[in-house]
Amino acid sequence: MRVDRDPKTAKGSSVTAASSLDNHSGPIVRVVALRKQVVSPEGPLVILDDINFTIDRGESVAVVGASGSGKSTLLSLLAGLDTPSAGRVWLAGADLGELDEDGRALLRAQRVGFVFQSFQLLLGLTALENVMLPLELAGQPEPRRSALDLLERVGLKARARHYPTQLSGGEQQRVAIARAFAGNPDVLFADEPTGNLDQKTGHRIVDLLFDLNREQGTTLILVTHDAELAAYCDRVLELDDGRLQGETRKAEAR
Amino acid sequence: MAVPETTSDQAPMAYWLTIGRMALRALARDWQAGELRVLAVALLIAVASVAAVGFFTDRIQQAMELKASELLGADLVVAAPNLLQPSLTEEARRQHLQTAETLNFRSVVIAGEMTQLAEVKAVGPGYPLRGALQVSDQPFAPPRIVADIPEPGQVWLDERLIQTLKLQVGDAVELGTRSFRIGQILAYEPDRAGDLFSIAPRLLMNLADIPSTGLIQPGSRVEYRLLLAGEPAALEMFKTTVKPLLKIGEKLQGVREARAELRLALERAERFLHLAALVSVILAGVGVAIAARRFAARHWDSVAIMRCVGATQPLIVRLFVLELVTLAAVAGVAGLVLGYVAQYGLSGVLGQLISRTELPAPSWFPIWPALATGFVTLLGFGLPPLLRLREVPPLRVLRRDLGPVDTRLLALYGPALLATAALLIWQAGELRLALIVCAGVAATTVVLSLAAWGLVKALNLLRGRVGVAWRFGLANIARRGPGSAVQVVALGLGLMALLMLTLVRTDLLTSWRSSLPADAPNHFLINIQPGEVEGIRQFLRERGLSSVELYPMVRGRLTGINGRPVEPNDYQDPRAKRLVEREFNLSQIERLQEDNRIVAGQWWAAGARGQGVASVEQGLAKDLGIALHDTLRFQIAGQSLEAEVTSLRSVEWDSFRVNFFVVFPPSALAAYPATWITSFHLPAGQKPLLAELVRHYPSVTVLDVEALMGKVREIMDRVIAAVEYVFLFTLAAGLVVLYAAIQATQDERRFESAVLRTLGAQRAMVRESLLAEFATLGLLAGVLAATAATVLGFVLSRHIFDFPYQFNPWIWLLGASAGVVGVGLAGLIGARSALRQPPWRALREL
Repeated sequence: MRVDRDPKTAKGSSVTAASSLDNHSGPIVRVVALRKQVVSPEGPLVILDDINFTIDRGESVAVVGASGSGKSTLLSLLAGLDTPSAGRVWLAGADLGELDEDGRALLRAQRVGFVFQSFQLLLGLTALENVMLPLELAGQPEPRRSALDLLERVGLKARARHYPTQLSGGEQQRVAIARAFAGNPDVLFADEPTGNLDQKTGHRIVDLLFDLNREQGTTLILVTHDAELAAYCDRVLELDDGRLQGETRKAEAR
Repeated sequence: MAVPETTSDQAPMAYWLTIGRMALRALARDWQAGELRVLAVALLIAVASVAAVGFFTDRIQQAMELKASELLGADLVVAAPNLLQPSLTEEARRQHLQTAETLNFRSVVIAGEMTQLAEVKAVGPGYPLRGALQVSDQPFAPPRIVADIPEPGQVWLDERLIQTLKLQVGDAVELGTRSFRIGQILAYEPDRAGDLFSIAPRLLMNLADIPSTGLIQPGSRVEYRLLLAGEPAALEMFKTTVKPLLKIGEKLQGVREARAELRLALERAERFLHLAALVSVILAGVGVAIAARRFAARHWDSVAIMRCVGATQPLIVRLFVLELVTLAAVAGVAGLVLGYVAQYGLSGVLGQLISRTELPAPSWFPIWPALATGFVTLLGFGLPPLLRLREVPPLRVLRRDLGPVDTRLLALYGPALLATAALLIWQAGELRLALIVCAGVAATTVVLSLAAWGLVKALNLLRGRVGVAWRFGLANIARRGPGSAVQVVALGLGLMALLMLTLVRTDLLTSWRSSLPADAPNHFLINIQPGEVEGIRQFLRERGLSSVELYPMVRGRLTGINGRPVEPNDYQDPRAKRLVEREFNLSQIERLQEDNRIVAGQWWAAGARGQGVASVEQGLAKDLGIALHDTLRFQIAGQSLEAEVTSLRSVEWDSFRVNFFVVFPPSALAAYPATWITSFHLPAGQKPLLAELVRHYPSVTVLDVEALMGKVREIMDRVIAAVEYVFLFTLAAGLVVLYAAIQATQDERRFESAVLRTLGAQRAMVRESLLAEFATLGLLAGVLAATAATVLGFVLSRHIFDFPYQFNPWIWLLGASAGVVGVGLAGLIGARSALRQPPWRALREL
């Protein structure tokens, strides 16, 4: 049982559901009977159905599947960015269904980092300000120094004052990775992180992502249709037409 | 997607039908997506404001035309300041023309303890020759047409007079030295100017009664009129014969010249309303431009795909133009309906001032200018960004960062400038005014833009010093630099109009009122005969008005400067022409009056007597080209008088004290017929004194200036109310601009708020950052608006109204807080939907 008094939650929160996070044990993500259904012009459309799995701390998991298999939707539900039609999701010990929108936001601020296919940097902020953002949202001390350290780690310290539009795609994704790790998250969600990059740049981004992941002991949950990228992970969950079809666990380290 | 193409062998009809169908489909789709609503509303407002003013002025013009024949009560009138030559009447009889005589003057009507200054019109048999009198037995009872004039011994009072004096039909009133019975209530007389310009109420009496009242003395201010009617040929004959016989001051007035001053004043008011409507059109144009830009940007993808499957550039252009023109037609018709309804409000505010009776219904003619305005606005402001759609490269399908190639700013907004200038010239009716307004609008916009740009850049310096929400908000403003500046300018223009209409207007009125001290003279006595001067002085002194000064007034005409004869045609300036044409008032004074100041030369020594020197008011001297030491020759009662200009004076004309253009030392005018004049302040409680005075001195006319000022103020307030009413459209247009400006950045905002929330920001924080952004924009706009309104108010008061401007520091507080609260709230409401959506959905849609 891991008992670590995390300074970031000691700051105190108005959301009571989030206060039980301090010393939970067991899986970082637990999904039970998850279902997502939307109303389309042709009637109800089931995107995800009867999804069950758990992910342990420090694991790296790839969710793979064809386009439209529901993998991005699954990611959004795991991260509390959207709400399921049925079933439950526990993230870092908290039942997402019991949290409201702001409660989930607070949980993300404290526990979760994101890397997106299209980077999703805020164009109005400099690279440094983008990385500072989650630190400030989580109320961490000295956000500027930590952010600069992280930019140095991804090799972009010299570009700290540049705006996203002044950076190449690969550089933008490195800023996004710095931002994702800035909050010192327990879980990192990555949605096709190399999808918009050429192969060579993509390789470098993946290396960076996994290196940081190892250094910080983060749980990595990665959505991709790229089998090569998925092979980097400890475990691969395969989605087909909204259902979990199979699970491959790597026997030995990469 | 099927893409029609023009080829030589294809029937153009089928081609256009296909494009039409596609355009209609696009219109329905875009309307449902809500992308065209801002555009439509902006067009609606532009058309509605022009239509409202157009319908209203059309009704006034119709009323004026209907009345043209009646405006004179005759076909032709000879007006004169003194008894008409008998030869005129004889000539008229020779030409077999109908004739009637009238005599107009002002006098005080007394009923018991109450007095009221009235415009008296004494009419002879036959009056009116055109149109008819209408009377009633009770105020506001339905009037009936009568063929007679008041019998001798009877007077007819209008509703206003009978109410002021608390009288009814059958009561007695005193006029001059005799008493009259009220025969009827006068409801309508054809040859009376609109209520707008008649200050005093009306009393109608029989001309035969005039001698018995003792009211008309030599030198009294009266107007004699000879009314004529008959065959056009006979009238022409009369005109030609009589013209050379006319003496100075005698004038011929035909139907066309009738009420020229009323027509002129109405034309000015109409032009003012048109310009006010145009301000909303220009603002609406800005709204259209912003909305069209967003509309175009959102269609880059679909256009790229169409280009990929073979649509040519002309096809793209035709499709979008057709879509927009259809929209403009629908919005235009809605605007016409709104404008038609709105003109009733305008008639309610102003109609009563122009005509006592209901205005005629508007014609359909104003529809066309209003619709044309809508289309010009759409084409000038909306089309340029849409035309750029044809430049979207098909390659955008593969490379999303490709947009239309950058076009020069002038090419983009040149049409808008041209459209604005064309509309202004058309509506203002004169090039100079239009150019001044154009230059004013352009200069204001440029200065505001530069200031806004500077302020936006300055915000960047603050970024490091504020919390995360504020940093994000400020960063947003700075990043959208040019866009933010446009937003600030648009908001600033709207706020400025509001500040001008509230604070600055009140300040101007306050300045005007305070330029008149509380004890400023509120009554004038005129037509005092020389023999009555001592008696009146005594009368006033006994009642505590001891410091009242009386001045002799001699009417004379300037006939020569330095021996050279002076003719009206020597002058270009209409005021100078009038001054030479007419007689003006001369006086003799020993001491320089309180509110006068010598600006050149010297005032005569105390005790100076006799002729030979004169002091001239500086404005008159400037208009007529009179310099110090010039010798002036005057024609007074048939004799001439020469004097050297020994001083020039400045005069405060609006002090309501008695003042003269030209004054001489005492006894210089002793030989000429004079009436005396004075002004004094009479406290409200002492009004009964006037009745007593008029009873003792019946030929003296009392002018109650307080009532006059009240009436003038009422007219001003009404015109201001009408303009403010039209400015409601301006306000609406300003709000559309604000909405369009907020909409324009909505997509980015939804994305940003989604990213922020994904990273763990709570909604309160996102709201705070939005509030920071909008409140700051509002603050900048408010401060700029207050500054611009102050400068404008200063220029207006100094150069147009000519009184000192009262600086009002509150305008900044009001402008800033109105900006912060108004824009902040509007921004939050506009961005509400972005906050409600789950972040994932927002990220996916973009």
